Amino acid sequence: MSSSLLQSRAPPALSFSSSIAAANTQWRFTSAPAVTFTRRTKNYTVHAKIREIFMPALSSTMTEGKIVSWIKSEGDVLSKGESVVVVESDKADMDVETFYDGILAAIVVPEGESAPVGAPIGLLAETEAEIEEAKAKAAGAGSSAPAAPAASAPSPPPPAPVAATPTPVAAPVAADGPRKIVSTPFAKKLAKQHKVDINKVVGTGPFGRITPADVEAAAGIKPAKSSAVTATATAPPPPSAAAPAKSSPTFAEIPGATIVPFTTMQAAVSKNMIESLSVPTFRVGYPILTDALDALYEKVKPKGVTMTALLAKAAAMALVQHPVVNASCKDGKSFTYNSSINIAVAVAINGGLITPVLQDADKLDLYLLSQKWKELVEKARSKQLQPHEYNSGTFTLSNLGMFGVDRFDAILPPGQGAIMAVGASKPTAVADKDGYFSVKSQMLVNVTADHRIVYGADLAAFLKTFAKILQEPDILTIKLNYAIVCCMVMRINLDCNSCCRKMRRNILNMKEIEKHLIEKQQNRVSICGRFKPSDVAIKLRKKMNRRVEILEIEEMTTHYEAQQEPQIINHYKY
Amino acid sequence: MHSLISASPISSLFEPYASHTALPSSPAPFSLRFCGLRREVLQLSQPKYRVVSGSLKKTGNYVTAASSGSNGSPLKSFDYDLVIIGAGVGGHGAALHAVEKGLKTAIIEGDVIGGTCVNRGCVPSKALLAVSGRMRELQDEHHMKALGIQVSGAGYNRQAVADHASNLASKIRNNLTNSLTALGVDILTGFGSILGPQKVKYGKDNVITAKDIIIATGSVPFVPKGIEVDGKTVVTSDHALKLEFVPEWIAIVGSGYIGLEFSDVYTALGSEVTFIEALDQLMPGFDPEIGKLAQRVLINPRKIDYHTGVFASKITPAKNGKPVIIELIDAKTKEQKETLEIDAALIATGRAPFTKGLGLENINVETQRGFVPVDERMRVIDAKGNLVPHLYCIGDANGKLMLAHAASAQGISVVEQVSGKDHVLNHLSVPAACFTHPEISMVGLTEPQAKEKAKKEKFKISVAKTSFKANTKALAENEGEGLAKLIYRPDTGEILGVHILGLHAADLIHEASNAMALGMRIQDLKFAVHAHPTLSEVLDELFKSAQVNVEERKPVAV
Repeated sequence: MSSSLLQSRAPPALSFSSSIAAANTQWRFTSAPAVTFTRRTKNYTVHAKIREIFMPALSSTMTEGKIVSWIKSEGDVLSKGESVVVVESDKADMDVETFYDGILAAIVVPEGESAPVGAPIGLLAETEAEIEEAKAKAAGAGSSAPAAPAASAPSPPPPAPVAATPTPVAAPVAADGPRKIVSTPFAKKLAKQHKVDINKVVGTGPFGRITPADVEAAAGIKPAKSSAVTATATAPPPPSAAAPAKSSPTFAEIPGATIVPFTTMQAAVSKNMIESLSVPTFRVGYPILTDALDALYEKVKPKGVTMTALLAKAAAMALVQHPVVNASCKDGKSFTYNSSINIAVAVAINGGLITPVLQDADKLDLYLLSQKWKELVEKARSKQLQPHEYNSGTFTLSNLGMFGVDRFDAILPPGQGAIMAVGASKPTAVADKDGYFSVKSQMLVNVTADHRIVYGADLAAFLKTFAKILQEPDILTIKLNYAIVCCMVMRINLDCNSCCRKMRRNILNMKEIEKHLIEKQQNRVSICGRFKPSDVAIKLRKKMNRRVEILEIEEMTTHYEAQQEPQIINHYKY
Repeated sequence: MHSLISASPISSLFEPYASHTALPSSPAPFSLRFCGLRREVLQLSQPKYRVVSGSLKKTGNYVTAASSGSNGSPLKSFDYDLVIIGAGVGGHGAALHAVEKGLKTAIIEGDVIGGTCVNRGCVPSKALLAVSGRMRELQDEHHMKALGIQVSGAGYNRQAVADHASNLASKIRNNLTNSLTALGVDILTGFGSILGPQKVKYGKDNVITAKDIIIATGSVPFVPKGIEVDGKTVVTSDHALKLEFVPEWIAIVGSGYIGLEFSDVYTALGSEVTFIEALDQLMPGFDPEIGKLAQRVLINPRKIDYHTGVFASKITPAKNGKPVIIELIDAKTKEQKETLEIDAALIATGRAPFTKGLGLENINVETQRGFVPVDERMRVIDAKGNLVPHLYCIGDANGKLMLAHAASAQGISVVEQVSGKDHVLNHLSVPAACFTHPEISMVGLTEPQAKEKAKKEKFKISVAKTSFKANTKALAENEGEGLAKLIYRPDTGEILGVHILGLHAADLIHEASNAMALGMRIQDLKFAVHAHPTLSEVLDELFKSAQVNVEERKPVAV
């Protein structure tokens, strides 16, 4: 600006004021039929039909401009005089309009980045046939032209490479296909930004809708796949410089590749994976018939039980009988037998991987476990998991069955003894001991374990137990039918004083409850004693005639007996 | 007015603010002093309505003047000089001014003092917008970093935000009530209706007489047919302002001021928004250039998408484990287009006048789509086209310009008239604002309207623009996004319209609206001094960059 502070009012370098005739202060970029490419004069000449869109000079002082936004996206058909891009100069934002009809084939300088005046910022193709060619050209430009520092800029998440577009020329609007796809506005935006085909994203949001997280997850998984596609797609008209780079043994930079730094979660995953290399692991697989399990699942599904809960419960029950599989080797010299069975379940969330932990999965009944799982997933989604809720696992469960994966191999997370990989259950021809064939649903589970503590026979025995539980799964649904000495925290709506009194009366009538605490404001009731948690909850629900939700159960056996008096623990996180 | 209304099917059919630019195509039967430029701007047409009584010849003694009423009834005294039906912002403004003029005044209210604006409109929404503005700022890491500030994890407590809004509303409500009672205005509780000339009933059967009566009953949210409002998942602004829940994804039907402000609130609180607009473009009421920039600043970078050119023909609230279902039909062809499944829907299709049960039939007045017909002096017109003596209607109920401050200005204008001074409100100088982040404000004509007028009246117009990017204060705040636009006559220096989008635009517009109301010309305004560095320099810059081809008056040294 100018020298004196008082005078720092910006000089009207751009003539904002104008007569009505000149009211549309739009600028036309000088788009000459591009004969050659700025830096590659000798490499190839381009058809005159692909035109470059240059960064216009919006004022006499302007040396470079920033792309505020592309009004049109790649593949859009442009007609002469239409605004294409908004450019920010040192003073204002200006709409830049096209001089020619055509198709916006490629965006060379993406939104948010700057280019010097006169540098190509986009390419205009005359026909659809030329789009690919223009894209190839753009990919070349992106890597060499100084105008597009996409690869070196660390902070702004650069959009996916232009060349990586799986040609979404006219497809995106055709959402009304046979399958109804519901995606939220931001999900759509992200999909466009990351060039994710929204039609292929699996929605996990409410009512099966596609949420931004789903798109991010899809985008996070995609790069490896799509860049491979890119490499071949861009190959036909190869810029000669790119070809030798491909055969180079080091990590050659593929033109147009995008570098996205790890998020914290992804960095943690990476670190853990490297650490896992120091553990000697081995794997044992086992086929399990699931007809009975599937039938049970159908039965309990309406009650909110998920397959994850069923598998976790079964694994926990099997681990009770095979404590060594639930153990871990911390120092390479000893077994660490864990006192509780905490099943960590791997879930892909927000483009990362996290393992919410179902604590004491052996002690909670199936329904509580399902409820707990639901809460954990909810928390994981909103990034509110407490550390103990994702790092206290003693055994990990990873299930890719819902994607149709028939078997896979899991990597053992550091600090645990074993991890189970569950594949999809599918109809298989099975021969019984009399030699009769029948078609049964069968799934393959594969356990990876630390061979320092878990040996082959241990795993085999564990898997046999696990299979037995799943093949006769009714045992899974047995409620906590033994009284335990515990403290239980429940949530119940206590909106009036008389409800509180009624609650107290009811509790005092129940001989098995020895101590209680009613917190009206928090709608929370904590009780201690020797009882069956589900029975008490059901009884209270009937008497109070309102929903009772069990928030937490803490088994008090040890210190209860020691102190002769249970203590209400006040720091529940709910 | 009419053409403007019928041109905008859903969102601005009853859009309270959109009509502000309508020309008062009103008759000016008597020669009166228009403020400054009005004489030239206003299109003087032939008087359509005949004044029945000579009630305009005020004698100054209002009690006796009343005798020249409807049918020459004998002299009598009234319970009140002025009775106002409806204690909204319009009624309140009129009452305060009436007291100042020495009139014995009563105000009838059937609900709560403050009306829509204070209880279910501008006031609580500003509380929510204050929160959304701060949330937006704190969440904008890039912006914070640029200022050198580090903030971690901005969050909010929904109930506390909702409480802030309701506390603000009750505070303002109490202030209004106190100001009325302190000045000796009688607050009569109950629904008011008109029994006959100068006679009003309120509550069950209390009848009072008044020399003059002002109808100021306001409006209610307009819900197009086919839409089922349950107050929980399908809501109007009345419910939404209570902020009982923040849905993950909400559809906003109508992209006028109300819809736009709510989109600002919801996106700042983490929701995603889908606009449903009947017209072909979003924000139809705005100057096209401002609308375009607004779309770039307020819509595109946010978690918002939109469907334009469609009606929401049917909206079913969420129930039985199903989401809210919105059926869209093409606005022109009426063909079924799409079905949306969304967590919630906000109906912001404008507002409908609240004039039922007012007893208008007793004085032979027919409403037009609910609006009470009035002339440019807010005098009510009956079914035969005659003026109803001593009866006025202000605010949303007459539909001239559905803005709280316009109602108040109309009320003051009416009080001026009944206390013996003729007065006509220049609606073109009434500013309007939309309190998004950044804000949008405007006064006068939009560019297309100005062009049309210029074509009709054969004069030239010019447009001047400045950007907030050139303003020191805006840059200091790191909020350079914005545009100010001036539409003017280069031959006279008259301001036809000013439109601003940018930081504190709603506060900036008043320099322009006051200048318009007072008839100031650009060549004079150019010499006004603005403190440096302030945002007001945006307008300074704007006026300075305008090129007026009249001989400039030399500034007078003071």
